[in-house]
Amino acid sequence: MERTVPEALRRRQGADELLKQITVISGKGGTGKTTLTASFAALAGNVVVADCDVDAPNLHMLLKPEVMSTQEFKGGKKASIDETKCTKCGECEKNCRFGAIKALKVDRVLCEGCSVCAYVCPAGAVELREEVSGYAYVSKTAYGFMSHARLSPGEENSGKLVSIVRQNARNIAEDNGVEVVLNDGPPGIGCPVIASLSGVDVGVVVVEPTLSGIHDMERALKLLDHFQVFPVICINKYDINVDNAQKIEAFCKDNDVDVAGKISYDQLVLKAMVSGKAVLEYSPRSKVSREIEMVWRKVAKGIEN
Amino acid sequence: MIVAVASGKGGTGKTTVAVNLALALGKVQLIDCDVEEPNAYILLKPKIREEKKVYALTPAIDDAKCTHCGKCAEHCLYHAIFVTASGTLVFPELCHSCGLCVLVCPEAAITEERRQIGVVKKGSAGSIDLVYGELNVGEPMAVPVIRAVKKEIGKTEDVLIDVPPGASCPVVASVYGSDFVLLVTEPTPFGLHDLKMAVEVLRTLRIPLGVIVNQAGVGDRGVHEYCEEEGVPVMLEIPHSRRIAELYSLGIPFSLEMTEWRERFQKLFEDVKERTNC
Repeated sequence: MERTVPEALRRRQGADELLKQITVISGKGGTGKTTLTASFAALAGNVVVADCDVDAPNLHMLLKPEVMSTQEFKGGKKASIDETKCTKCGECEKNCRFGAIKALKVDRVLCEGCSVCAYVCPAGAVELREEVSGYAYVSKTAYGFMSHARLSPGEENSGKLVSIVRQNARNIAEDNGVEVVLNDGPPGIGCPVIASLSGVDVGVVVVEPTLSGIHDMERALKLLDHFQVFPVICINKYDINVDNAQKIEAFCKDNDVDVAGKISYDQLVLKAMVSGKAVLEYSPRSKVSREIEMVWRKVAKGIEN
Repeated sequence: MIVAVASGKGGTGKTTVAVNLALALGKVQLIDCDVEEPNAYILLKPKIREEKKVYALTPAIDDAKCTHCGKCAEHCLYHAIFVTASGTLVFPELCHSCGLCVLVCPEAAITEERRQIGVVKKGSAGSIDLVYGELNVGEPMAVPVIRAVKKEIGKTEDVLIDVPPGASCPVVASVYGSDFVLLVTEPTPFGLHDLKMAVEVLRTLRIPLGVIVNQAGVGDRGVHEYCEEEGVPVMLEIPHSRRIAELYSLGIPFSLEMTEWRERFQKLFEDVKERTNC
């Protein structure tokens, strides 16, 4: 059905006010972001899930999405030199700031697609070509809709692909009257993480009680503060080092950050992953599932306020 | 010889391998390229000798000269410049410092100024030289800081590089120029999936590689089967161990307490050397 423009606009504005967004991050990799997100999706009922870890996506392995639509992603351009036109003047090499042109050959790995070389070439021998560097998908899972993507290995612009994944998620949420988008974030604090945080209401930081985990959590919290996203902490595998878990709680108390809960270390989590299921689906009555449920309840409460 | 330690999936034990390998070798330079979340220094507790600020160049517009012609914005492929009738705005976080806007401005109204985006720290722990970078919180672009860290690579010693997780540009920037890459993975479906992506990146870059299976004994056989099919050597297995996890949580490299591992890491490096003929 075709909609008139003003109607569509009105709808979008209304939906944006209603739509609540949660992003699960961690700073450090491997702390349990995807494990938790999959279980949150199983608990939540009516959410759109978005996997924002586009370079190493894993959520699809637990949620088993059935792809409904696929879209090509063109991340950036790469320079290529037409040898028949090239006069070997060397201007391209001299002006390239990325060292991507050596002996009048473009190193595709170093090329950032800025087009300085094409601009300075007096012979018009340099062309910038756009290439497909990934795919974005909209899918259905047992728990609702899912937006996800895959960036081709080694490509740039993961932040841009994350923005597409999130836009797709908002669109499906809006079209289907879903009020919550749950984003599984990438590790780190750089470009794809920043892209997964814009306009988000609650940022869940999953931390493990190790010195590295604590260090990375502090940087993740600073990032949430920088982008004014409300932080909630979840301590995963807290019983690996109870002293460190207490240090995290003390830190959060001092910094006025809510700890939504602590989850025990349990081999069940790994078994669930090996069998390709969310923990909540694999073993809904286990202790670890109940702990995850507690965390989800607090996060869900967080987005209501 | 330059050996990078990478993984695809985060939290598989890259830093643990890089640090324990460095300790086993004794005299080596360790370059931590995970500038978003550097962790090697937490395990090594180095004395920091030197700090260098890392800058990115961003355009500065001279309003007196700017005619708002819009050429800079039109040419900028990163959408880092926005021109309105009343002024020209620069979004420094989007800028890649390519310098094209300076070249295209017909009024010579654009110069470049330095903006600090991170820092490089150099220090030592025993005979290990450690270099690591820190990206400022809120800055999106890790690659310029990674490049600044890699500029500190010396010519005389063997070099180990601790690579950030993932399979996109920060990983490529970190492993570029290495003689060999050790991919640390865990024997789980997530570990295998991300290992495959990392292998694809390295094959495009034509860098020889080997796999280290961490937490061996848990999960499934998928990683081993894949390595066999693809002819990727499994060069070391570190068993799943509560002791290793506890030591890590305290920030202690496990080979300092479990000394039999020192030799295993030395042997690993010898194997790498043989494979690269370095």
